[in-house]
Amino acid sequence: MKLTLKVWRQKNATAAGRFESYEANDVSPDMSLLELLDVVNEQLVNKGEEPVAFDHDCREGICGACSMVINGHAHGSDRGTTTCQVHMRRFTNGDTVVLEPWRAKPFPLVRDLMVDRSSFDRIIASGGFVSVNTGGAPDANALPIGKVDADHAFDAAACIGCGACVAACKNASAMLFVAAKVGHLASLPQGQPERDARAVNMIMTMDREGFGACTNTYDCEAACPKEISVDFIGALNRDYRKALSSTR
Amino acid sequence: MKLDARIPSGPLAQKWSSFKGSMKLVNPANKRKYRIIVVGTGLAGASAAASLAELGYQVDAFCFQDSPRRAHSIAAQGGINAAKNYPNDGDSVWRLFYDTVKGGDFRAREANVHRLAEVSTAIIDQCVAQGVPFAREYGGLLDNRSFGGAQVSRTFYARGQTGQQLLLGAYSALERQVGLGKVKMHARTEMLDVVVDNGRAVGIVVRDLTTGVISTHAGDAVVLGTGGYSNVFFLSTNAKGCNVTATWRAHKRGAGFANPCYTQIHPTCIPASGDHQSKLTLMSESLRNDGRVWVPQTKGDVRRPDQIPEAERDYYLERRYPSFGNLAPRDISSRAAKLVCDSGLGVGPGGRGVYLDLADAIKRLGHKTIEERYGNLLAMYGKITDENSYEVPMRIYPAPHYTMGGLWVDYSLMSTVPGLFVIGEANFSDHGANRLGASALMQGLADGYFVLPPTLSDWLAQAGPSSASTGTAAFTTTVQQVNEHTNKMLAVKGHRSPELLHRELGNIMWNKCGMGRTAAGLQEAMREIKDLRGRFWQELRVTGDGACMNTQLEHAGRLADFLEFAELMCRDALEREESCGGHFREEYQTEEGEAQRNDKDFCHAAVWEHRGANQPALRHREELTFDNVHLATRSYK
Amino acid sequence: MIRLGDGLRSSIGTKFLMAVSGVLLLGFVVAHMLGNLQLFLGHEALDSYAQKIQDMGALLWVARAGLFTLLVLHVGSALKLTRQNRAARPIPYGVHKPFQSSYASRTMVMSGVIVLAFVLYHLLHFTFGAVDAESYALAHAGAGLQVHAMVVHAFQQPIVALSYMLAMALLSLHIAHGVGSLFQTLGLNTQRTRCAATRLGKGVGAVVFLGNVSMPLAVLAGWVGGN
Repeated sequence: MKLTLKVWRQKNATAAGRFESYEANDVSPDMSLLELLDVVNEQLVNKGEEPVAFDHDCREGICGACSMVINGHAHGSDRGTTTCQVHMRRFTNGDTVVLEPWRAKPFPLVRDLMVDRSSFDRIIASGGFVSVNTGGAPDANALPIGKVDADHAFDAAACIGCGACVAACKNASAMLFVAAKVGHLASLPQGQPERDARAVNMIMTMDREGFGACTNTYDCEAACPKEISVDFIGALNRDYRKALSSTR
Repeated sequence: MKLDARIPSGPLAQKWSSFKGSMKLVNPANKRKYRIIVVGTGLAGASAAASLAELGYQVDAFCFQDSPRRAHSIAAQGGINAAKNYPNDGDSVWRLFYDTVKGGDFRAREANVHRLAEVSTAIIDQCVAQGVPFAREYGGLLDNRSFGGAQVSRTFYARGQTGQQLLLGAYSALERQVGLGKVKMHARTEMLDVVVDNGRAVGIVVRDLTTGVISTHAGDAVVLGTGGYSNVFFLSTNAKGCNVTATWRAHKRGAGFANPCYTQIHPTCIPASGDHQSKLTLMSESLRNDGRVWVPQTKGDVRRPDQIPEAERDYYLERRYPSFGNLAPRDISSRAAKLVCDSGLGVGPGGRGVYLDLADAIKRLGHKTIEERYGNLLAMYGKITDENSYEVPMRIYPAPHYTMGGLWVDYSLMSTVPGLFVIGEANFSDHGANRLGASALMQGLADGYFVLPPTLSDWLAQAGPSSASTGTAAFTTTVQQVNEHTNKMLAVKGHRSPELLHRELGNIMWNKCGMGRTAAGLQEAMREIKDLRGRFWQELRVTGDGACMNTQLEHAGRLADFLEFAELMCRDALEREESCGGHFREEYQTEEGEAQRNDKDFCHAAVWEHRGANQPALRHREELTFDNVHLATRSYK
Repeated sequence: MIRLGDGLRSSIGTKFLMAVSGVLLLGFVVAHMLGNLQLFLGHEALDSYAQKIQDMGALLWVARAGLFTLLVLHVGSALKLTRQNRAARPIPYGVHKPFQSSYASRTMVMSGVIVLAFVLYHLLHFTFGAVDAESYALAHAGAGLQVHAMVVHAFQQPIVALSYMLAMALLSLHIAHGVGSLFQTLGLNTQRTRCAATRLGKGVGAVVFLGNVSMPLAVLAGWVGGN
């Protein structure tokens, strides 16, 4: 089939950006969107033009590198999908596919469809961990954790840090990302000693990085490739409230 | 090149404790005066960087990804082994050690493997303490499953995303140290060379991928945890960015490269769907616990799989390896799949595929149980192929997945360049000629959390701080060479993209240095690689310049190193005149088509010394002695 | 640990203030509506109810001050969060489509601003008589408040009735999302209650809408105050 791509091109963070249109012929329905971009890039290189820069790595939906708003939807309109898992069979001959980078102040643009998500790392560095040094951990089975709690923790821990929640949110809020990490550790006994501080510190960092506030529209949940529930946001709010009420 | 593995004396089971008991220590107050450079932030790199910083060292960590959390360890699905013996099925450190040595076809160093088995249990404790959500039973204790070629259940897992959860644990430990100011993280920064001064590794040269700026970093030791080189095949299960650059450049600076021909071809990957294919996706081999592998018995059978009656199917793994059946180790299963496809029985496009069928398991256990066990894998398969594998058997085919070869290291994980340490997949040490399932995560974390911190301290205590600063001649010369190399690539201005040239290299390697290798094929491959390398320097086209984000330039640089490395890989395969593990020389097989080892001549690690562009590399040997296990023919029948 | 003041200044803290002030304002909206619904009981009921409120004296001013404070908190936190949200995405998307968010949730600022404007208009209309002075005059024509007459006269003008109805539609939209959302914001939701909270929001929104719209509608249709 034949598709038209409208791709955001911008040389670096400070340059002016614009949409450019590219035609792609002989698109196989089995191609992934990233493979389609590979083909388009090959055409561009052949013409001596610079190819479209985009983040990608594992191409199997787990590394969290790929990050495009596809026709207005972060990672495309399907649920539970990353950009690299969008296959061309989802489109029909003659379609136009609009590709844009994540847009948020804390995700400054690097080039074309690539953004800098190091703000997420800084949020984790401010509290997204259990403070245990290597060595000296008790036997792994010393602390039984019910399967339900372990599964619940996993549901949150599945976050791949791609930033789709921010990209999809009309406020560019990172609440689902923060809630996932806080929720993961709050569901486990290991996370209890630092539970209050973790919620507070991560929220403070999130604000400082310039993310928007949550207005409970829940688009993040639908965009999340790991389908992390906004229930974790409710739980984060609860943890934060409890942390505040326990202040002395 | 002198190869001294420096294995502690004494009985096997006491070597590691005797090393720790007699190691030299760095005074706690002095630790912060040492700067350690860690390249790569996968399981090995992240856990090492975090653990070293916890000890008090100043750490600079580097990764080419936009965040340390994206290193390719994240994609590991199946699990991590540990000799906990929680299921009470007879496991022990000894058994894990023995299985790993045997699984590696007796081509690994006994002492290292035993140490790996010893520390395996502490890894699980550490990860649980970090909050890694391993699978649990209803009673709240950790769940185990059996995995790829093991007859005990010693594999800990977190759904089909064990690598992700372990990496996020290590990443969170790393970020904690970043927050404390003990680790300085340099993301989107690619190492382009090691700086060696007076025979000691003293720093690295890196390129900031966002700005293109080349800079240098000095340290008292350099640690490479930069993963494997499966992307030499172009199509592999590795992430697109995985590359050999760091280890290859280190090799060119004096680090011996061991057993480059040992590559693991994973049996259960989704077959390529066309020429556009950019990478291959692994389906966890845990599927083989319940799935049965088969092909039609007659060539050219075009019936739908469910229309082919039981009697006309060949469950070839169960037939050939009755005691292990579908759980035969990876090298064996891969080769068996290649064999049936080569004989024309393969299914799917191009006949490059075999069925992995869950129908019996669904009948036996019910749809729900299968969905619980493998739901996410089957969903992933469905996304890629648009097929419902609850109804139609999956098609799988082997694909390059892991590389057991790597930079040679001694017992302390130090390469032949003093001060240059190599951990995880990047080194050669623990898996021999074949890696068992769920052992890669174990090795990466063992190296990073538990082995490197003491061994590196021991070395630093003896070697003392490095006096080199980034202003010295060693640094400026290395930077100059890096710049020349970059400019040379930009100056070719040919007509072919790095991607196309890389695909060509991949074809050569897959066809001639893949699952089956012959002397003639390898010699041909070496000629073709040389020719392709020549063409690379005439036909390469890198658009743009070096002073900004330039993905073409990155790819070209990695490919240039692959093109040099590939030849060494073929040569190593050529000179290893035996079949062992993932290295299958068609000339050396039993009458039944099984690998035929030659312990008399090849019970050694081949370590290559670089001697400049104009001289072939020199092959050294580290003889492998097996004092504790009996060299047996590996049989899974 | 964190100081309470700092904690309330964060985005979540600000949302706590917004949620708490919002739910109290909702209490007023509902009470106000219930009082006004006495319109249907005839002019004596409504007029004496109005008179009672008028006679509260100082207490009335305390209530008014309280309401005003709540409004300031609610609007102030909205302003702060909206500015933060706008700043978080300086460059808009070329194409951006919602996945599952409701229209109400995406338009809280718009509905909020219009409702605020309506509140001002409503005060100028029925409290200060600065607009539609003719209706206002009716209320103060004799001894005791004649609110019933005022309201009927006002809503007999289609433009006034329609603008009240439109404002109530937006208020209800605002409340629908606000109520559904406040349980989430205050961390009162669990997996089980979130859908219930969303439904409750829609329900409260619908009640507020129907209750308030019934009055202008009834007058306009001639069911109340007709000849």
